[in-house]
Amino acid sequence: MVVPLEHVIILSGLLFSIGVMGVLFRRNVIIIFMSIELMLNAVNLALVGFSRYHNNVDGQVFVFLVMTLAAAEVSVGLAIIVALFRNRQTVNINEMNLMKN
Amino acid sequence: MTLSLLFYIISTLTIGSALLVVLNRNAVYSAVLLVFTFFNLSILYLLLEAYFLAVLEIIIYAGAIMVLFLFVIMLFNVGKEQVLPKIMSFQRAVSLFLLVIFFTGVSLFTIQGVQDLHQPAGSASIGNVTAIGEALFSKYLFPFEIASILLLVALIGTVYLAKRKI
Repeated sequence: MVVPLEHVIILSGLLFSIGVMGVLFRRNVIIIFMSIELMLNAVNLALVGFSRYHNNVDGQVFVFLVMTLAAAEVSVGLAIIVALFRNRQTVNINEMNLMKN
Repeated sequence: MTLSLLFYIISTLTIGSALLVVLNRNAVYSAVLLVFTFFNLSILYLLLEAYFLAVLEIIIYAGAIMVLFLFVIMLFNVGKEQVLPKIMSFQRAVSLFLLVIFFTGVSLFTIQGVQDLHQPAGSASIGNVTAIGEALFSKYLFPFEIASILLLVALIGTVYLAKRKI
């Protein structure tokens, strides 16, 4: 292993925190979606690191399944965003208060 | 030694580009920087000897998902996001505080909780396609089939959502 496992985990935690920051701070719904992708990738990195450390292939199979899930999620999510934009003419989540009241 | 140096350089690049993805005002720049982040992550997978996943990362994320994102961004033609009003700054401070606490917790648990992370793992024969394929088609056959059903459901859902009137 090139580096100790803890450095990989800290890198993964940093990436996940940056993704959470994007979801909390940004108002553009596409950027929020990209931050979710960033978080999924951070988890993938941790899984690959653990898989390498334990010399076990299961983690990499999980990463494969997470990638499948990400592809499905992106296709449905972007379709929802496009339908939302067609109806409301905005991507700002502050103006999407359809379910308020 | 050179490889570990490369790991740290690539991690710095990954963190920097991920920060720029989040902090950039222009959505197109964010998407391109996210592609750069995925390429860096692919190099990290190579350094962790997960060769199959490194290729898959580029093909699926940089090749398929980000192209879809760029299509949607170009379709909308949204300008730059305007600066947030001043009222949000308190919520911003609170979320930043919670974030720092979260990251400190992860780091502390990693550094203190597990002490024997430095021991080197044995020879790696796990990253190649043969090992992953064997695991995928024997031990994880059922999740693999469920994943195909998931993709089918996503396909049907996308076609339904793309209707003219919804």
